Amino acid sequence: MKFTWFNLMPWPFLPENFRQTHRSVWVDIPNSLYDPRRGHFVYHQYMDQLEYADALGFDGIGVNEHHQNGYGLMPSPNLIAAGLARRTSRAAIAVIGNSIALYNPPIRVAEEFAMLDVLSGGRLLAGFPVGTSMDTNYCYGQIPALTREKYAEAHELILRAWTESEIFAFDGKYNQLRYVNCWPKPIQKPHPPIYIPGGGSIETWDFCLDHDYNYSYLSFGGYLRGRALLEGYWERVAARGKDESPYRAAFAQIIAVADTDADAERLYAEHILYFFNRCLHVYPGFADAPGYRTIKTIQSGALSQLSEDMQKVFTKLTWKDLVEGGYVIAGSPETVRQRMEEMIRGLRVGHVFCLFHSGNMPDEKTRHSTKLFAERVMPHLRELWPEWKGDARWWCKPMDERLRPEATLQSGEPS
Amino acid sequence: MNVRWIETARGAKVRVFEGGGGTPLVFLHGAGGLFAENPFLEPLARRYRIFAPELPGYGESTGETLLEDMLDFALHGWDVVAALDLERPHLLGHSMGGMIAAEMACLAPRDLGKLVLAAPLGLWIDDAPTPDLFALLPHEAAQVLFHEPAQGAALLTGGLDFRNLQALKEFYIGNVKRLGMAGKILFPIPNRRLAKRLYRLRAETLLVVGSSDRFVPAAYLRRWQELLPRAQLVQIEAAGHMLPYEQPDAFVGAVSRFLG
Repeated sequence: MKFTWFNLMPWPFLPENFRQTHRSVWVDIPNSLYDPRRGHFVYHQYMDQLEYADALGFDGIGVNEHHQNGYGLMPSPNLIAAGLARRTSRAAIAVIGNSIALYNPPIRVAEEFAMLDVLSGGRLLAGFPVGTSMDTNYCYGQIPALTREKYAEAHELILRAWTESEIFAFDGKYNQLRYVNCWPKPIQKPHPPIYIPGGGSIETWDFCLDHDYNYSYLSFGGYLRGRALLEGYWERVAARGKDESPYRAAFAQIIAVADTDADAERLYAEHILYFFNRCLHVYPGFADAPGYRTIKTIQSGALSQLSEDMQKVFTKLTWKDLVEGGYVIAGSPETVRQRMEEMIRGLRVGHVFCLFHSGNMPDEKTRHSTKLFAERVMPHLRELWPEWKGDARWWCKPMDERLRPEATLQSGEPS
Repeated sequence: MNVRWIETARGAKVRVFEGGGGTPLVFLHGAGGLFAENPFLEPLARRYRIFAPELPGYGESTGETLLEDMLDFALHGWDVVAALDLERPHLLGHSMGGMIAAEMACLAPRDLGKLVLAAPLGLWIDDAPTPDLFALLPHEAAQVLFHEPAQGAALLTGGLDFRNLQALKEFYIGNVKRLGMAGKILFPIPNRRLAKRLYRLRAETLLVVGSSDRFVPAAYLRRWQELLPRAQLVQIEAAGHMLPYEQPDAFVGAVSRFLG
């Protein structure tokens, strides 16, 4: 099993009555709620936590991209990843990812990801999300019905830029480039492992299987709700005649560990409820621009999505609902170990993106939960897929002789 | 009205409602498409030979992927006219259809009779942004589009019972198909630089708008008049953006007086 410590980087100072006084945490959230001077400390605290996770032995540390979003302060995850590359030397750096349809030209992503791979000594996991409708359509103005085609073209361009040895011309519908010449190129050959975060589009499954990319199901609905979706994915894997390595799939899960179950509620409930009640307050008009999802995906979807929006579900959630409903895996190390095992086996995933920091959780609590997991949970979950031991197709392959942070800190003398 | 199917030279399969006799008049619908009831078509058919084609993705017309940008939409309009074998028809476009009709008239200024722009889209004024059609919830849409929102909501949904989940899903999919297409020329801002081409327009033009249009504010009417100084103007009382549906008699009257 591979565990990646992930921080969404929420703004921890949303007002108590945010849900009543604002229509959305995303897209049109007033920027007066953001305070750059406090933001300075927030960024450093969150980056320190990611580095702490590396020190504790997590396999990866993860960041992602959102725009105009009160729970995701990384319009450019690459900037954060660059900082992490300098201060860590062991964990994979999972950038899940860059919304490649948003970059003009997307060669920019090929370049920046290559820079990160070189800087980190080959530790990059490269995520290529289509991007949520909020980010892609409403914040960045992409035409919904053309987003997927633009994404596909960006993907082709980036992969060719990474893998082709000669300079080439690219005559795309959205990008015309006379001289494609990726400088620098990534260390990992033919390219860093590619992760495709998805929310359940069936086209995305086929895209992952066509290229043997990891499919990362990212939702905040928890593992009980995730099961039906991942069952669909695994059926598709079988139908396509692919092997069933659990490392083909990743899942994001909110986790909170304390000494006892009661302690977990006492320490973490208010912060995780902050996340569900304030951070997930998204105006439904921004959820799904017409044309963003394909008709095929909508037709395969559950009708319940149309009749009740997720927000209403989240408003009414209590701590008990969150834990029993599997939105959150929380409790003593033993409770969490059992639930994690149930989740990992139930979903058949080899990668977990672990969300320990939630909402406005203070640093010390985040570290407490993280440390208990690293020391008393993670070691017991390592060998859940013995038949797939050594399947490293979706993991980074760093250089052995790479620089360590101590070295980069000491060699500052000009010669 | 009769239903007729045509295939354009580009390959789109288009359903056309047609009726009446006399001078040909092509009606181009708005982003919501034709409704179950279109109370202005029959009265227009008493004076003109009217054609109401549905864009690909609307109704049963197909070929959505053939149209990607404003030029495609405008050429598609002329492809439909050609497939119907019409000579210099009058063009009547409502809302997004007005934007398309105006583009058609700029592209081929000698190929039409008269032009009617009913609450047209296609311009943008930074200080007077139009509501984001693509982020409106159903109940908000009726508020913005109609003089009488309660009646408007019923028109928008065709009186469907949304407690019936299957009906809800079909409506939702239809809406996604329609607005997915409309987004190609209206998202995120309904401006594809029509303003810089309007100098080419030479057809006699009528602007007809609802006096309580909350979707396209009055500032846009002034802008249209600046850009088309010779255009005639009719404002219809007790009508919002969906004026052909809210005041069909007054609408047909204004159009008929102008077209003759």
